[in-house]
Amino acid sequence: MEPVIQIERLCKDYRVGFWGRRVRVLRDLSLEIRAGETFGYLGPNGAGKSTTIKLLLGLIWPTAGTGRVLAHPLGDASTRGRIGFLAENPSFYEYLTGQEFLTYSGRLLGVPRGALKEQAPALLAEVGLERAAGQQIRKYSKGMVQRLGLAQALLGDPHLLILDEPMSGLDPIGRKEVRDLILRQRAAGRTVFFSTHILPDVEMICDRVGILVGGRLVRSGSLRTMLGEELESIEVTATAIPAETLAAVGRLALSPPLVQDDRVMVQLPGEAELDIALFMLIGAKSRVLSVVPQRRSLETIFLEASREAQA
Amino acid sequence: MNSVLIIAAMAFTETVRDKILYSILVFALAMIGSSTILVTLSVGGEGRIVKNLGLACITLFGLFIAVFIGINLVSREIERRTIFSLLSKPVRRAEFLIGKFLGLGLTLAVNLGIMAAGLMVLAWALEGHWTPRILLAAGFTFVELLILTATAILFSTFSTPTLSAIYTLLVFVIGRLSADLMAFAAQFGGASLKAMTNGLYYLLPNLSRFNLSAAVANDLAVDPGTLALTVIYGALYVAAVLALAIAVFQRRDFR
Repeated sequence: MEPVIQIERLCKDYRVGFWGRRVRVLRDLSLEIRAGETFGYLGPNGAGKSTTIKLLLGLIWPTAGTGRVLAHPLGDASTRGRIGFLAENPSFYEYLTGQEFLTYSGRLLGVPRGALKEQAPALLAEVGLERAAGQQIRKYSKGMVQRLGLAQALLGDPHLLILDEPMSGLDPIGRKEVRDLILRQRAAGRTVFFSTHILPDVEMICDRVGILVGGRLVRSGSLRTMLGEELESIEVTATAIPAETLAAVGRLALSPPLVQDDRVMVQLPGEAELDIALFMLIGAKSRVLSVVPQRRSLETIFLEASREAQA
Repeated sequence: MNSVLIIAAMAFTETVRDKILYSILVFALAMIGSSTILVTLSVGGEGRIVKNLGLACITLFGLFIAVFIGINLVSREIERRTIFSLLSKPVRRAEFLIGKFLGLGLTLAVNLGIMAAGLMVLAWALEGHWTPRILLAAGFTFVELLILTATAILFSTFSTPTLSAIYTLLVFVIGRLSADLMAFAAQFGGASLKAMTNGLYYLLPNLSRFNLSAAVANDLAVDPGTLALTVIYGALYVAAVLALAIAVFQRRDFR
């Protein structure tokens, strides 16, 4: 099956300044997103995330490279009927009400009037805007505009959702709602491509991630593999450990055991050491209270990748 | 085609919810009405003065609508980034521009209609009979303003709103004078001046052809064949300018 998004060696130059100096903002980007995937596109500000998204939608044209979205070349207008898009810090027609905006958007997508009459209020309710449906958008708060943007992105039952920083401008409750909404889309079988720099959200909802730094894709792959491969340590907490067992387990640990009252916490480097330590502890009739693998967070990987790329 | 009509409807809604439009319209009607003050200065020909001034007001305020609202329709979309939500739908860039043009065209038609109706009532009050040819003159002003709307849209596809407004107003002024300038250069100018005025005459729209106010105010005969040709000329000019605007807009990056 053809990937939903497939881009190869995509480059984008912008002209800046009075003399129109060329600046390359995206370098040789190759990426493949498969159907049903939730892909987190990460990167610091100015990394080229929004540029990639605009290329996918045909809002800007590539300087070099090729790409296909939903089996059509980049910028193909007919494809966009099957894409739901939310721009970064979106802005909509202030003179329209939320309901009117959704109606216009739905009609542009070719949603029949009858279906639109059901879809628009249902989507407004889904994003928590049912009470503001009749208000002009100029009276909306930043978070409400963001929610309206999500509602219009979901209109017309899109195959692919492209969301540029969907959590920005939202309070913690709003962020959780967006997270849940993305999870619901994934459960419904939709492909979701979203950019963000809020990493905890990504860890919770993504199948795969790509890290973009300075216009270059520096890491890409399954989140589980990325985080799973980079196990930092395993923390074992136990009580009633005889002195000689503690000394033996201490030799396997990364750092001296921490003793608090009768509890001892040891930090082991890997699963092999864990097996030996558990064998010794159980043999000495100690009580093992917890075994907690300490994985590296996405934040650590992200910071390392950024530092490597900048070096 | 469906997208064009939806965008036209949105553009029309946008303009009719814009308070500037009402300020222009109220001011225009007040100006047309106040032309009756000048009537007291003349002996006879009151209707002629009112029709002349009234049609000039219709052109001037129609021009304000076409330029200031027309430029904002496209450049504000880009500036406020509302264009992202439109162009991420199955809408071609050409459809976007044509939709905007038609929407503003409808706004102009409604406003010119109101102004022309106001002028007709005023002329009737002064002369005691109807002058339906006011509608004909307003119709030709409408075609002239469509050319300027297309020009405003063309400029706003690549330039800032302020510069686009200045350029469009310059096209209006030169377009109204280009025939006179060419005649002047033919009489008194050297070869280079002749070449320049000829260039301006053929490149820019010859807007003086659309000005029927003298004929209507003085009740002069107009040749239907010439009028038909003028309308065809206007339509072709609009099509050419819009095609150019679409070509520029097609290549543009929306950063």
